[in-house]
Amino acid sequence: MSIDLKTIKHISKLSRISVDEKKAEKLAGDLNSIFEFIEKLNELKTDNVQPLTSVAETTLKLRDDEVKSKNIREQIIKNSPQENEDYFVVPKVIE
Amino acid sequence: MSDITKQSLSELIKNIKDKKLSSTEVTKAFVERSEKSKELNAYVTEDFSAAIDKAKKFDENPNLDLKLPGIPMAVKDLFCTKNVKTTAGSKILNNFTPTYESTVTQNIWNEGAILLGKLNCDEFAMGSSNETSFFGCVQNPIDKDLVPGGSSGGSSSAVAAQLTPITIGTDTGGSIRQPASFTGIVGLKPTYGSCSRYGIVAFASSLDQAGPMAQNVRDCALLHEVISSYDEKDSTSIDFKRNNYVKELTNNIKGKKIGIPKEYRVNGMPKEIEDLWKKGIDYVKDCGAEIIDISLPHTNYALPTYYIVAPAEASSNLARYDGVKYGFRADGENLIDMYEKTRSEGFGAEVQRRIMIGTYVLSSGYYDAYYLKAQKVRKLIKNDFDEAYKKVDAILTPSTPSSAFKIGEKTNDPVSMYLNDIFTVPVNLAGLPGISIPAGHDAKGYPLGLQIIGKAFDEQNLLNIAYAMEEKINFKNKITDWWIK
Repeated sequence: MSIDLKTIKHISKLSRISVDEKKAEKLAGDLNSIFEFIEKLNELKTDNVQPLTSVAETTLKLRDDEVKSKNIREQIIKNSPQENEDYFVVPKVIE
Repeated sequence: MSDITKQSLSELIKNIKDKKLSSTEVTKAFVERSEKSKELNAYVTEDFSAAIDKAKKFDENPNLDLKLPGIPMAVKDLFCTKNVKTTAGSKILNNFTPTYESTVTQNIWNEGAILLGKLNCDEFAMGSSNETSFFGCVQNPIDKDLVPGGSSGGSSSAVAAQLTPITIGTDTGGSIRQPASFTGIVGLKPTYGSCSRYGIVAFASSLDQAGPMAQNVRDCALLHEVISSYDEKDSTSIDFKRNNYVKELTNNIKGKKIGIPKEYRVNGMPKEIEDLWKKGIDYVKDCGAEIIDISLPHTNYALPTYYIVAPAEASSNLARYDGVKYGFRADGENLIDMYEKTRSEGFGAEVQRRIMIGTYVLSSGYYDAYYLKAQKVRKLIKNDFDEAYKKVDAILTPSTPSSAFKIGEKTNDPVSMYLNDIFTVPVNLAGLPGISIPAGHDAKGYPLGLQIIGKAFDEQNLLNIAYAMEEKINFKNKITDWWIK
């Protein structure tokens, strides 16, 4: 299998990471050598194997649905890259 | 008292409890040595004056019943520390100051320890050499231009160079044990679910685990005792009875069964690693333990499995860095353009590569072929260990396939960098505890480590075996302070 530039552009769109031609070529080379290494898994027959989703063999605990952090608006917006009173600011979305 | 920084954690605690040393004296000693050691680049953020203030405050009314009374320590910059910048080694978090504390670090401060600063690491803990950090690579105190291992490279360098008596790192595929091995110190990766992940910058959630790094096994046991706790803020934290690991520490391992997995004898393994392993086998025999040959047949599939599972989880975890609520933001023509530029400029090359791999293996049409396949192989790897543990109490292997390498030596070949973790990755995939202890030197005088892998939640037994071996090995780290002018 080979990952071409078109695929790299597609993945970059999905990952929301912009890539130019030069970076795309470098990534294609790297990803191909990594996937060549990953292909080793195809040597194994796994049809009847149950996938392992968690190593911790416990069931998720239930808890009461109650508010524990109150009045932390200031903490939440403290690290916001662009401050504007009580909101997060982003580039204009609706024309 | 001279040479404060040469003392182990246990010695420092004893001297503080006996009132031979104050927390202020100890803290100042580590601050001074850290200030003289900037060339190592072990720190990302220094919090020295606050540390000295806290030490003075501790000395005014010292609570000597605590487990870490007035002990200064620096921590990996992957743990969120309230009001102290936390970067995860990334440009994208270079302006991030958490408003909350990670559970693991909170446990440490609750026992009286004092934060010295935040230690360098590979960006988002993705790397084996600390070279992917936005803040530059870290020097290994063993030799100039030698990597300290990664991702907890600032942590391993700082402990080996005695800039901090102990530290904590995180281990997703070997990030505590490999740097410990490269710098001649002890590093423990606990059982998955022992230490809370709350407040640790996430990389791969089903693999990440925090753990102690120290100069010796006893110090490591003490720090593990402090950080291991059940935490309802981490849904994968496990509620089990935790030991008093130091009190129950013993070098009596008579009759313990130690497995030697034949698959770890990999092609091209240097003779000195093979010899070290043989020596390790002799040491455990000397301690009265029994050696049993075992097989872990899927060992060779662990790294390919890891390089599907870890990037997949990372691509999902790192989706949150979009420049909206916190972190770095690049200007864009519109919202999507802002996202794409923020992530392209904010993440380094290795992180982008892993996000891309992860996005690809989870994308429509490829999920079954890669991600599901990897989860199935992960099950086979775990089954291998379950089978082995019917016959043995623990497993002995080398920690790494080589000693530390030079800065820049492997940066152009991701796969050769990934191969560094060949002996440590299976332990994370199976959720088991593993410890690396320094066990010898190679021809260049660089340290080499041996790894002991235990049963889940059996850290006590693991620490005991390490403790018994440590006594036999009697390792001395060769550090010349070359970086201090």
